[in-house]
Amino acid sequence: MSTPPVQETSPTFVGMPAFPKAAHEALANTQQRANLHNATHTIRAKRASVVAEVPEWEALRVAGADAKDEALHHLGDYLEQLEESLTANGAVVHWARDADEANRIVVDIARSKEVDEVVKVKSMATQEIELNEALEEAGISAWETDLAELIVQLFGDRPSHILVPAIHRNRTEIRDVFLRQMGEFGRPAPADLTDDPARLAEAARLHLREKFLRARVAVSGANFAIADTGTLVVVESEGNGRMCLTLPETLISVVGIEKVLPTWDDLAPMLQLLPRSSTGERMNPYTTMWSGVHEGDGPQEVHVILLDNGRSHVLADALGRQALRCIRCSACLNVCPVYERTGGHAYGSVYPGPIGAVLNPQLRGTASEIDQSLPYASSLCGACFDACPVRINIPELLVELRGTVAEQGGHRAESAAMKAAAWVLSDPRRLAVAQKGATTAGRLLGKRTITKVPGLGAWTDARNVPSPPTETFRQWWARERGETSGTQEEEQR
Amino acid sequence: MSARDDILARVRSATSDITTEPRLLARVASSAADEPSLGGGQTGNESGGEQGTLELFVENVADYRATVLRTREPDVAATVVSALRSAGLRSVVLPSGLDGSWCEALGEAFEVVPESEAHSPQALDVIDAVVTGCALGIAATGTIVLDHSGDQGRRELTLVPDTHLCVIRADQVVPDVPEAVARLGAAPHRGQPLTWISGPSATSDIELQRVEGVHGPRTLVVVLVGPD
Ligand code: SF4
Repeated sequence: MSTPPVQETSPTFVGMPAFPKAAHEALANTQQRANLHNATHTIRAKRASVVAEVPEWEALRVAGADAKDEALHHLGDYLEQLEESLTANGAVVHWARDADEANRIVVDIARSKEVDEVVKVKSMATQEIELNEALEEAGISAWETDLAELIVQLFGDRPSHILVPAIHRNRTEIRDVFLRQMGEFGRPAPADLTDDPARLAEAARLHLREKFLRARVAVSGANFAIADTGTLVVVESEGNGRMCLTLPETLISVVGIEKVLPTWDDLAPMLQLLPRSSTGERMNPYTTMWSGVHEGDGPQEVHVILLDNGRSHVLADALGRQALRCIRCSACLNVCPVYERTGGHAYGSVYPGPIGAVLNPQLRGTASEIDQSLPYASSLCGACFDACPVRINIPELLVELRGTVAEQGGHRAESAAMKAAAWVLSDPRRLAVAQKGATTAGRLLGKRTITKVPGLGAWTDARNVPSPPTETFRQWWARERGETSGTQEEEQR
Repeated sequence: MSARDDILARVRSATSDITTEPRLLARVASSAADEPSLGGGQTGNESGGEQGTLELFVENVADYRATVLRTREPDVAATVVSALRSAGLRSVVLPSGLDGSWCEALGEAFEVVPESEAHSPQALDVIDAVVTGCALGIAATGTIVLDHSGDQGRRELTLVPDTHLCVIRADQVVPDVPEAVARLGAAPHRGQPLTWISGPSATSDIELQRVEGVHGPRTLVVVLVGPD
């Protein structure tokens, strides 16, 4: 049988410049850099302290990785079991090979309900398939209800971080867009709105409540789908998820096939790993678990769309399939020195950061310039692996992918690689990180060639790179290493 | 080929290098030889309701800026009434299976709407508060879990009103997440949804500054009863 097809690159990202170019542009945006720095460091410190509370953290990581591996290794069996349990619980199960198929199913259901709007709870899968655009084309408005997603939607932006997609905007910008845009789409923001975050959240509450109370169809993703009980799990903070999952008559959930967990008991490690790794909390404020239709409570029509869209292609690679363990916690983003400087947009996908650098080229293949350059968007420092709750060895995968890109040969692969190398080398700070990374890379590579590792690139390109605002290497180092001292995890590095 | 068959075929071919048996088959064969549970952090393995576990539960619930009140069995109704009254609330919706004596006491102090009459989100939107029991509480994380049994009501009851007061008995508090997951396993089989609640709703989306209360109840009061 031939290899499963890869994911189509979405039109949004087709014209996307390769990582080095996109990164240059992002580096010039000082607001974004300041916000990103603040965000990643704040979450990192919180994460480190709640992780340190759990003495058996390493054993939990192993248990989490094992549960996902079990599901992935026998995915066919568990998908069939999931389908059976869901159907027994009164849900309707659909299968979608790619984004178009998934979007068509959602649009058809919404049309059959004769609605012109749906409410949505943040989901990476629906962003990946660009469901909002497909709904819009069909004349159906999709209202994002997560505060950050609402902000992004009102700006007409793309999200820049899995967890806090609006960190590239500050409070004054948010107040302005609320005042300017909310009235266009529903209840306007109060005229005396200030930039106090509590007031901004209140404005969002009022604006969205109107939509929650009248919505008849909701669309969600799921963090986990449990095969033996047919239970879907959504983990969230604001309560917009509960609103969407509870109030409308019809609920449609788009679930990547890699979200399956074999059994109910596998939730135990996952519900400990995810919140602590993600928001740095012992537990996130709200988690909803539903098993199909619950008589007299919540949506009485429940659809689940199981989405492939390139995942079976990733699964076919014995080493690469570990990337499908990802539970989208974003811990790897927050520790990544490259991500911190470039932000999420430079990765040309809804999956940014270290996981994006390995997942995108696997989901989409390495034909495009952006996907060829992504494996080089890293210094191989290893921080992402240490942070990952399901032990995805991102540096190892990056090295492997660099090999794939290099073997593809040709000018483009090589030049993309070299441009990325040049980008890393063009700034002493990045170089320092890369030098540290080169050691790791050398270790990882063993006897294999290391010529593709940033460190031997052309210095000549360096002149073109706009330097970020001045800061000495020592200052940066002190800030980078000094702030979150005293935690186990930081000391390990 | 249907999308279903196509995806399953791709997945099976992608995993054709795997030689191990799926756990679900292995498990049925070797029956329930329980593995030791993982996690729980600082609480060790005390059984539900012990003193250290309760202290930790109270500390962690309060850490989310929820209000925790401790009381004893005979004083539950009075504690609930005074908590709602001091917050200046007027109307309260009560799940159909809530303790009759609490309902009576609440009926004397507030405008009470029974679950059966609050049949739409719009109707719930004008009610100030909801009072419920719960399935269990988790000390290590300061979480309460609803399985939406009779004393907790339909999910929307604890979602739309702005104040949620949840009563939990000391023996319902378990030390950690694995213990909670083990105890809750029957709920999905009984067709019950679950809601895990850790503090009031919150967001850190604006410059990472934490704001309590976005869409869910902005005030969460947990009343811990006993041990006597
Ligand atoms: S790769 Fe690991 S650390 Fe990164 S988002 Fe996924 S689960 Fe989290």
